Amino acid sequence: MATSRAIPNTSSQPESHWPLFRSLLRHTYEVHVDSDKQLLKTPLHQWHIDHQGRMVEFAGWSMPVQYTSIIEEHQQTRNSIGMFDVSHMGRLYFSGTNVAEFLDGLTTRRVAGVECGKIRYSLMTNDSGGILDDVLVYHLPDLKGNPFHMMVVNASNRLKIVNWLNERKSGTDLQIDDRTETSAMIAVQGPLANEAVKKLSEVDPDSLVYYTGTTTRICGKEAILSRTGYTGEDGCEIMLSGGDSEDVWNEVFDLAAATGGGASGLAARDTLRLEAGMPLYGHELNETTNPAQTDLKFAIQMKGREFVGRSSIAEARKDSELWLRTGLELEGRRAAREDCKVFQGEQAVGVVTSGSYTPTLQKSISMAYIHPEHRQIGTELSVDIRGKLHKATVVQVPFYQRPA
Amino acid sequence: MTPEELIFAETHEWAHIAEQDGEKIATIGISANAVEALTDLVYMDLPAAGTAVTAGNSFGEVESVKATSELYSPMNGEIVEVNTSLPDNLEILNSDPYGEGWIIKVKVSGDTPENLMDYVAYQKQCDEAH
Repeated sequence: MATSRAIPNTSSQPESHWPLFRSLLRHTYEVHVDSDKQLLKTPLHQWHIDHQGRMVEFAGWSMPVQYTSIIEEHQQTRNSIGMFDVSHMGRLYFSGTNVAEFLDGLTTRRVAGVECGKIRYSLMTNDSGGILDDVLVYHLPDLKGNPFHMMVVNASNRLKIVNWLNERKSGTDLQIDDRTETSAMIAVQGPLANEAVKKLSEVDPDSLVYYTGTTTRICGKEAILSRTGYTGEDGCEIMLSGGDSEDVWNEVFDLAAATGGGASGLAARDTLRLEAGMPLYGHELNETTNPAQTDLKFAIQMKGREFVGRSSIAEARKDSELWLRTGLELEGRRAAREDCKVFQGEQAVGVVTSGSYTPTLQKSISMAYIHPEHRQIGTELSVDIRGKLHKATVVQVPFYQRPA
Repeated sequence: MTPEELIFAETHEWAHIAEQDGEKIATIGISANAVEALTDLVYMDLPAAGTAVTAGNSFGEVESVKATSELYSPMNGEIVEVNTSLPDNLEILNSDPYGEGWIIKVKVSGDTPENLMDYVAYQKQCDEAH
C-alpha cells in the first residue's frame, strides 16, 4: 500500500518528516530530494510539533500538512475559524524612489497609482508570457502612516522572484528586504475569524474593505493586518515579527478554540482553495502557462500599460486553440489528480491540474485546462483516471461561494 | 481477529491464512497504522472475484482526500470473495481494520512469500518510520 499515485507536480520529489506515508503527501507537497537538507522552520514550528502537526517538507520548509483530520480542519474553516501558519510564503519589502513604477513594469496588474491601503492579486510573467508566480502586491501605511510597498510570493518561487527583481533593478535605487525567514504570517479564516481578531487588534478587520490592509497593533505587537485569504471564506491575514508570532497565534487560537475552530494544515488549505476556485502555482500556473489561459481577467490590466510579458498575453488572447482553466465536477467520489487526461468522446480536449474529493461540496471536483470549444457550462466530458473513464461535467468556477 | 494472529507486508497490508475445504484461503486487509496514516478515506476501487493476484502487485486502490494509494497483494492466487460493502462503508476500516474491514479473500497458490512479517516485526517497522 505505500506508493501514492497522487502525481508529483514537478520533477523533484518531496521529503517528509513523517516518512511512513510520505508518498501519500506528494500531491501538493513539492520540491527537493536531499533528505539531509536542513529544512527551514517557521517561528511556529514548535507549536505545530506540540499539537501533533504532521510535518512535511513543502518548498524547503517543514510545514504541518494536517493535525487531525483534513475534513475537520476544512470544515472548521467553513463553519468557524481555521488558523493557518503561512509563514513559508515569501515576504519582500521594497524601498527606493520609484518602487511602484518598477513593480508596475513586472506585473500583469497596475501597481503605479494604486492608492495606499490596497492589495492587489497579480501575476508576474517572463518575456514569453510564462507565469513566474502569482503574487499579492501591497501598498500599505506603516504605523506612522508612511506608505510602503511589499509583496507576498509563493514559497517555491521566492528565490526565483528575488533574483528576477534583482536582475532588473540596475540603474534604480530599489532595495529588496526579504523578511521571510525572520517574520511570520498567520491566516485567520472563516465566518467567525474577524470577530475573534477584532478582540485583539487596534484595527477591526471588518473595518477593512476586502483586499485592503494596514499596519496596526495586535496583542500590543506591531503587525500588518489585511482582509485577504486563500480559502473562499471571509477572514484576515496577519504579518508580524517572528518573535511576536507565537503570543499572537496562541491568543487567536484560544478564541478560535472557544468557537469550534482551530489550526488547519496545508492539506485543508488545498481543499479549501480548490472549492473556492483559486489557482495554485505549480498546478494551474507555471512558466508554460500564459495568463490569457487562466480565467483571471481581473488580474490582467493591459490598457495603457507596458510590462514584461504583455505582448505575449495579447498574442495568446487571439489564439482560439489555447486550453483554458475550467471547472469539472465528476460523478462519484473518485478524485481526478493532476495530469489526468480529459476527453470528449475519443478526442483529448484537456488535462486536469488539481482535483480532490472536497469536504464542503462532498463531490469530486477538478480544475483542468480545456479546449475552448469544449468548456461551455454543462458540457459532458470524461476524465481518464488511471485507465478508467469517469463522467465529468463542466461547471462554474468557483465551485463554492460562501453564503452572502 | 487480533493483529497478533496476522502476517504483514512492508506495504501495510495484512493477511490471515486458514484452511478451508483443503484449500489455503488468505483474508487480506490493511493495517490500523495504514488507516490512521491515510485519514479521511473517501473511495476504494476493488477488483472482481475471479481476478488473479500476484504478491507485490496492485489489486486495487484506496483514496483519501489528499492522495491515492495502491493496495498490494501479499499473496499469489485468485480472488474468491470481495468485501463489496466496504467501499460504501469505509469507516469500518477505522473501527475494525482486522475484522469487518477485510478487503478480499484469496485462494492461495504456492508458498507464503518470505518477506511477510509477524505483528511485532511490522510494528517495529512502523515505529522506526516515525
